Amino acid sequence: MTSSALRVLKSGVAAMAIVSQLATAPAHAFCGFYVAQADAKLFNNTSKVVLARDGDQTAITMASDFEGDVKEFAVVVPVPTFIERKQIGVVDPKTIDHLDRYTAPRLVEYHDPDPCTPPLPMMAGPPSGGMQHVTSTLQKRDYGVTIEASYDVAEYDVLILSARESDGLVNWLVDNKYKIPEGAESVLGSYIKQGMRFFVAKVNVDRMKDIGNGYLRPLQVRYQSAKFMVPLRLGTVNARGPQDLIIYALTKKGRIESTNYKTVKIPSDVDVPLYVANEFGPFYKAVFERAVARENMRAVFIEYAWDMGWCDPCAADPLSNKELVEVGARWIGSDDDKAFRSSRPGGSNAYVTRLHVRYDAVSFPEDIVFLETSDRNNFQGRYVLRHPWRGTGICEAATAYIKALPARFAERAKNLENLTGWSHEAIAARMEKGGQSLQVK
Amino acid sequence: MSGEAAIGQQMPPRRRPVPDPRHLQMVALISLLAVNFWMIDFGARPAPTLAAIGASLLTQIVCASLAGLQQLDLRSPFLTGMSLGLLLRADVVWLHAAAGVIAIGSKFLIRHRGKHVFNPSGFAIVVLLLASSHVWVSPGQWGTEIWFAALTALLAIVVLGAARRADIAIFFFVSHAALLLVRAWWLGDPMAIPLHQLQSGSLLIFTFFMISDPRTTPDSMCGRLLFAIAVALLAHYLAFFMQMRPALYFALIALSPAMILLDRMIPAPQFTWNDPAPQGAPK
Repeated sequence: MTSSALRVLKSGVAAMAIVSQLATAPAHAFCGFYVAQADAKLFNNTSKVVLARDGDQTAITMASDFEGDVKEFAVVVPVPTFIERKQIGVVDPKTIDHLDRYTAPRLVEYHDPDPCTPPLPMMAGPPSGGMQHVTSTLQKRDYGVTIEASYDVAEYDVLILSARESDGLVNWLVDNKYKIPEGAESVLGSYIKQGMRFFVAKVNVDRMKDIGNGYLRPLQVRYQSAKFMVPLRLGTVNARGPQDLIIYALTKKGRIESTNYKTVKIPSDVDVPLYVANEFGPFYKAVFERAVARENMRAVFIEYAWDMGWCDPCAADPLSNKELVEVGARWIGSDDDKAFRSSRPGGSNAYVTRLHVRYDAVSFPEDIVFLETSDRNNFQGRYVLRHPWRGTGICEAATAYIKALPARFAERAKNLENLTGWSHEAIAARMEKGGQSLQVK
Repeated sequence: MSGEAAIGQQMPPRRRPVPDPRHLQMVALISLLAVNFWMIDFGARPAPTLAAIGASLLTQIVCASLAGLQQLDLRSPFLTGMSLGLLLRADVVWLHAAAGVIAIGSKFLIRHRGKHVFNPSGFAIVVLLLASSHVWVSPGQWGTEIWFAALTALLAIVVLGAARRADIAIFFFVSHAALLLVRAWWLGDPMAIPLHQLQSGSLLIFTFFMISDPRTTPDSMCGRLLFAIAVALLAHYLAFFMQMRPALYFALIALSPAMILLDRMIPAPQFTWNDPAPQGAPK
C-alpha cells in the first residue's frame, strides 16, 4: 500500500466483516492486496483478519477500510471469554499490509533461453509487490446487559459486554447510539446462548487527535479458548451482497483448514500471456471469481501456505520478528527487528496460511471453524510469464523454437481463458497486439 | 470401517441369499477413492492409501497366522486400509502404515466374547490423533457436492439390506439430526445452519461405514438404538461444548466398550459376516 493510500482513514483499519460495524456508516472499503500495481484496489468489501494460534491461545487482529466520519465507527465482535485490558491492543496497519504483500498471489517471469546455446534460465522476482491506559469499571443496567469492563485502548473506547437476552443487548446498543441492522438480534441471541461475550469498540475522537495518526489502527484481541473460529455471521446481517475476507493464520505446526467448509487451493503455477503483467489485478480478480463460482461460493481458498522462515520468490521482504510478535506470534522467541528466519532444522516455528473467502449468509450460514494440520507442503498462488527468446541466432534449434512459439502462445491463451473465463477472441487480440501471435507464420 | 470374521471358530455352513455387504462396501470405497483421485479432491493420496492397505493386509496375515485361523479373509483388512486412506491425513507416509497395524492389531487384541470391541479404522484414527501431532482428519474436505450422490449410493446399500446393521445408521443419523435441529431451535439459528451441518460428506461416511460396522455394534436392535443415541449425544457435547474435533470418532471409540454392557443387558444373536442368518453360537 502506498503512503498516500494510507491517508486519513482511507486505508486505516477499522473493523471487519466477522464483526459487524453497527454504526451509521457502512464500513467496507478495503485496501486490497496489491500485486503488480501497488495502488490497484482489487476486492471491495473486504476485511482482513490475522489469526495467530498457539495451542488454545489465539490472537485475532481485525482490519478493514473504513471510510467515513470516525465518530460513526463502531464494531461489535463476539469473543469466547472475558477479555482483560492486557489482552487488547492495536497494531500498526503497515504490519498487516506487509503480511498481505508477503503472502499475496504473485506473478513471476522467466526468459526463454537462446535455443542455440545451452539453456541458462533466468528467473526474475515478482513485481513487488500504543499508548494505552486502563480504566476498568463494572456496571449493571436495566437491559440485562453487563458491562464487564471498559477500557481505553489507544484511539478506541472498548467495552466488554455480556448479556442475558438478545433484545436487551439490542436495546442497549440502540440506546447507546449503535445502529443495529435488522436481523442482528437473532444472531446476537445465538452468540449469547453460546456463552459468548461482546467486544464493542468506538473511536474516541479526542484521544485520536492527541495521538495524531490520522487513521484507525487494527484492533487486536488475545484470548485463551478451545474455539478456533472466525465469527462471520454478524457481518452477513443486512449485508449488501457477498463480502470478502482474507485470513492470515500464523501457527506453529502447519497450515490451517476449515472443518466445516471445503478448503481449496487457488489454481496456481500456470503459464499466462505476457500482457497479464500489465493487468495482474484484474487478472487475479477474475481468477478468484471463477474459482469461487466453480465451488458455488462454498469454499475457503488457500492463496498461500508457507514456512515463514523463507520464501521463493519473495513477494515482499520477510517479516521481522517484531512484526510477527506484533500480529500475535509471541512464541517465536525473539521480538527484535531482524528478519524472521528458521532457527531449527525441519522448518521454522512459524507457518502462515493465507485464506480468501467470499461469503454471504446463504453460502456461509455458520461461522468458519478451523483446525491446524501438520501439513507443511508449501503452496503459493503463482502465475508465470515466459518471455520468448527474441534473438537472431541461426541454428536448427532456433528454427524449431520459433516454429513452436504460436502453439505455446495458444496454450497460454487457453490457460488464461480457463483461469479467468475471458473470451478467447479478446485474449488472442491482446496477445497479437503484444507480439504473441497465435497464428502460425 | 469394516469388521472381521470371528476368529478361531468353526465357520457355519454358507448360505448366501444376499451378497456379502463387504463387497458392496468395497465398491463404495473404491468409488470414493476414484472420485478423490480423478474428480473431487477430498485430500486422500495414493501413497498413504497404499501404505494403509498394505500394512492392514500384512497385519491381518501375521495375526491370522499367530492366532491359528484356518481361513485367511483379506476383504476386511482391505476395507480398513481403504477407509484409513480416505479418512486419515498425515504429513508422513509411515503413519498410515502404523494406522493399518493399529487397526488390525486392535481387532485381534481387544476382544470380548469373540467380538472385537472397536471399529478398527476408527480406533486407529483416534489412537493416532491422541498420540501424534502429525495426523489430522479433514471433515470439511468432503464438501457438500458429493452429498447427494453419496447419499443415494449409500441408501442403495441400505435398501439392498445387505448391511444388516443398517438400522443403526438410521438411528444415528436421526439422533444426530434431531440434536442439531434442537440446538438450532434453542439458539434461534436459521434452519440453514443445521442443514449445512447435515450436508457433510464426512458425516455420511461416518454414518454408513463406521458406526454401522456390523461387527462392532450391539447385537440387539434396542442396544443399537441406545448406542446410536449415546454416540450422537457425546459427539454433540464434544463438538459444541468441548470444541473437540473430530467429535464423531472420539465419541464412537469412547463409547464402544459400552457395547459389552449393552450386549449383556439386552442379549441377542451375534452377527457374523459369513452367514446372513445371525448365529447365536458362543464365540
